[in-house]
Amino acid sequence: MSGGVDSAVAAARAVEAGHDVVGVHLALSRMPGTLRTGSRGCCTIEDSRDAWRACDVLGIPYYVWDFSERFKEDVVQDFIDEYAAGRTPNPCMRCNERIKFAALLEKALALGFDAVCTGHYAKVIEDSDGNRELHRAADWAKDQSYVLGVLTHEQLKHSMFPLADTPSKAEVRAEAERRGLSVANKPDSHDICFIPDGDTAGWLAEKIDMATGDIVDETGAKVGEHPGANAFTVGQRRGLKLGRPAADGKPRFVLEIRPKENKVVVGPEALLAIDEIQGIKVSWAGLPIAEVGTGEAFACHAQVRAHGDPVPARAWMEQAPDGRTAAARLMVRLDDPLRGVAPGQTIVLYQGTRVLGQATIDAARSLQRAEL
Amino acid sequence: MPAYLDHAATTPLSAEALAVLTRELSRTGNPSSLHGSGRRARRAVEDARETVAAAAGAHPSEVIFTSGGTEADNLAVKGLYWSRVAEDPARRRILCSAVEHHAVLDTVEWLERHEGAQVTWLPVDGDGVVDLEALAAELARDPASIALVTVMWANNEVGTIQPVARIVELAHAAGVPVHSDAVQAFGSVPVNFKESGLDAMSVSGHKIGGPVGVGALLLGRAVKLTPVQHGGGQERDVRSGTLDTASIAAFAAAAGAAVSALPVESARIAALRDLLIQGVQDRVPDAVLRGAPGEGRLPGNAHFTFPGCEGDSLLFLLDLAGVESSTGSACTAGVPRPSHVLLAMGLDEETARGAQRFTLGHASTGADVEALLAALPDAYARARQAGMAGHESSIQTAATAARHGGF
Repeated sequence: MSGGVDSAVAAARAVEAGHDVVGVHLALSRMPGTLRTGSRGCCTIEDSRDAWRACDVLGIPYYVWDFSERFKEDVVQDFIDEYAAGRTPNPCMRCNERIKFAALLEKALALGFDAVCTGHYAKVIEDSDGNRELHRAADWAKDQSYVLGVLTHEQLKHSMFPLADTPSKAEVRAEAERRGLSVANKPDSHDICFIPDGDTAGWLAEKIDMATGDIVDETGAKVGEHPGANAFTVGQRRGLKLGRPAADGKPRFVLEIRPKENKVVVGPEALLAIDEIQGIKVSWAGLPIAEVGTGEAFACHAQVRAHGDPVPARAWMEQAPDGRTAAARLMVRLDDPLRGVAPGQTIVLYQGTRVLGQATIDAARSLQRAEL
Repeated sequence: MPAYLDHAATTPLSAEALAVLTRELSRTGNPSSLHGSGRRARRAVEDARETVAAAAGAHPSEVIFTSGGTEADNLAVKGLYWSRVAEDPARRRILCSAVEHHAVLDTVEWLERHEGAQVTWLPVDGDGVVDLEALAAELARDPASIALVTVMWANNEVGTIQPVARIVELAHAAGVPVHSDAVQAFGSVPVNFKESGLDAMSVSGHKIGGPVGVGALLLGRAVKLTPVQHGGGQERDVRSGTLDTASIAAFAAAAGAAVSALPVESARIAALRDLLIQGVQDRVPDAVLRGAPGEGRLPGNAHFTFPGCEGDSLLFLLDLAGVESSTGSACTAGVPRPSHVLLAMGLDEETARGAQRFTLGHASTGADVEALLAALPDAYARARQAGMAGHESSIQTAATAARHGGF
C-alpha cells in the first residue's frame, strides 16, 4: 500500500471479499523524506502513515517491508544504466517486474500468503483450466495494463487487481470517502518516485558523466553542440539550442542518441514516424498465443508508452540463428506510424483488451528516414 | 485472547491503578487552586508523591511528575547539561552509554548538534554491560570538562542491568553528576534512588501497571536543573504545567503495588522467563540469547536473535498465531532498522536483523509461554524461508524468462 487512495480501496475490497489481508508498505529508500510536496515523491513518512491509517480503518495488520537495496539495484541503477547507454527506460515497469511482483511476492509466498493485491487498474481473467490472462481495466483512461505487461504467467497467478471493473477514478474516491478512508482526496502521484522534484535531467546529470559532443542532422552534418548526449530523449524538441534554423525553417527534433559517439541526431518531425520496431527481452503475460511458437505473423495492437494510444500492427517472433530462445526477437510492423519511439522503451502488444506480452525496444526504424 | 509477550512496551493497567484512575477522573479540581476542590486534588497529588517516593527510595520533594519517561529523560539530560554549562562553560562533555533508549540517545545527539555538547559514547561488552574501565578513563581525562554521565539502569531491548552504583561512585569521585533512565528497571528489580547515589533518575507509569502519559523524574534536592518547559512554576519550578491528578494518583497506586509485590513477582516472572528461554533454545537451537545471563538481566526479559530471519517476519508470523512480541528496536516510518543496542554489543547488521524480544509482566502466565513455544518452530521455519527471499528471485520474471528461455 503506497498510502494512496487506489491501494487503500483495493485492500478494502479484498477484505470485503473475505480474504485474509495484510497491508504492506514498501520502503524503497533508506532516506525517507519528511513530508510530501504536492503530488510528487513517494516513500515519505506521510505516505507510510496514510497507508497505516487505512489499515487501521480496515482493521488489518500493517507492515513496512524494506526493499530499498533491491530497489536501488534493480530499478534505480537500471534506470541510470539505461540512460547512460542512450536508452529510455520505464522504471515503474522494472519495479513491477522485479520488486512488487517478484521480491515482495516471493517474501509473501514464503510467509504463507497466496497473492499480491494492488490498486492497479487492470484485470486478470482466469479460464476454466486455471490459465490467466491480463486485460485492460474497464476505465481505459486509468488503464495501467501497460505497466503490468511485463508480468509472467507465474506472476499473474499470484496477482489480484480489485479495481479492474471500476468505471472511474472518481468512483474509487467516492468509495474511499464512504468507507471512511482519509486518503479519499489525496492527489495522484505522477512522477518517477525516486526523483522527488521531477527534474529527471538534473537528477541524471549528477549520476552520469556528461561530456559535450556534437549535434548532427539526419545527413550527419554537424548543426550544434550538446552538454551531454545522455540527458536527451528521442522526440525531444526543446533545449537543443541550435543556432541556425534548418533549411526548411521547421523545428528539429531528437531522432536518435548515439552514446558511443556521444552524438545527438536531430531532424524534421516527419522522420520521427516509426514504422518498424524490433524488441528483445520478450515475455508473455500468461500463456503465449499459438503464433509465438510457429513464428507466424499475427494481428495485434501495439502500445509504446503508459498512456499512449495503441496502433494496429502485425507482429511475429524471429528465432535467433542459433535457436537460442533468449536471443529471440519480436518484430513489429506498425500499420500507422508511431512518433517518438526510443530504444529502451517497452512495447506492449494487445489483442482487443487482452495483453499478449511485451518486449524492450532495441531498434526503431523510420521507412522515410531509411530512404534518405 | 492473544499471548501478550510485550510487557516492556506497555503492561496492562493494574486493578489498583484502574480503581484510582476512574475515581479521580470523575472529580474536578486543579491542585494549584486554593479552594476546597483544589485542596482535595492537591491532597491526592501529594499522597501520590509520597507513595512514589517511598516506592523509589526517594524523599517526596525529590519527585518531579512528568508526562512520562521520555519527558523525564529530556528534562534530566537537557536540564543538567544546561545548568552545568551555565555554571562553567567549559563543561561540554556528556558521557553516555551506547545502548541508551532513544529518549536519551536522541536528546544527547540533539545537544551535540544544537548546544555544543561533545559526546562520548561509552562502549559495552558482548552482554551489553557498560565498560567501567572506559568510563574511568574518560572521567580521568579532564573531569572539569564533563557536564554529566547518563547510563540506563536496565536496557529496554536485551534487559541487561547496568552497574549503576559503581558508575555513580566513579563519576562522583570525579565530581560529575549522573542520570539514569530506570524506566525498565523500576518496579521490576529493586531500585532505590537514595542508595544508588544518583542525581537524577527517570521512571514511567505505564511500564509498571499505571496509565500511559505519566512518569516522574527523581531529582536530588541539591541538584540544579534548568527547566525545559516554562509556565506556572509547578513541580519545584522545574516542570510547569497543570498537574494530571488522576494519572499521577493511578501511577502512584501502580508503583506502590508493583514495589510491594516485587520480591514475590520478580521470582515468579524470572522462573517463567527461564522456562521461556529454555523452551526456545530446545525448539530452535539456532536461537541465540542476547543480553546478560541470569541475575544480570531483568526478570521479565528474554531476547534472542534468530539466524536467517528478518525480525519483522517472525513478529508477523507469531502475531498471526496469536503471540504478540517485538523486534525490540524503534523504527522510522515503520522501516525496520538493525538495533543500535545489538550493534553496540558487537553484532553485525545481518544478525541484528533477526532480533525478537519477549517480555513478561504482572499479567503473564505459563499459558503465554506455552503459546509462544507452540507457535515458534513453524514461525521460525517460515520466517527463515522468507528471509532467503529477496536475494535471487525464484519467481519467474520477464528477465529470468528471457534468460532461461522459458515462456
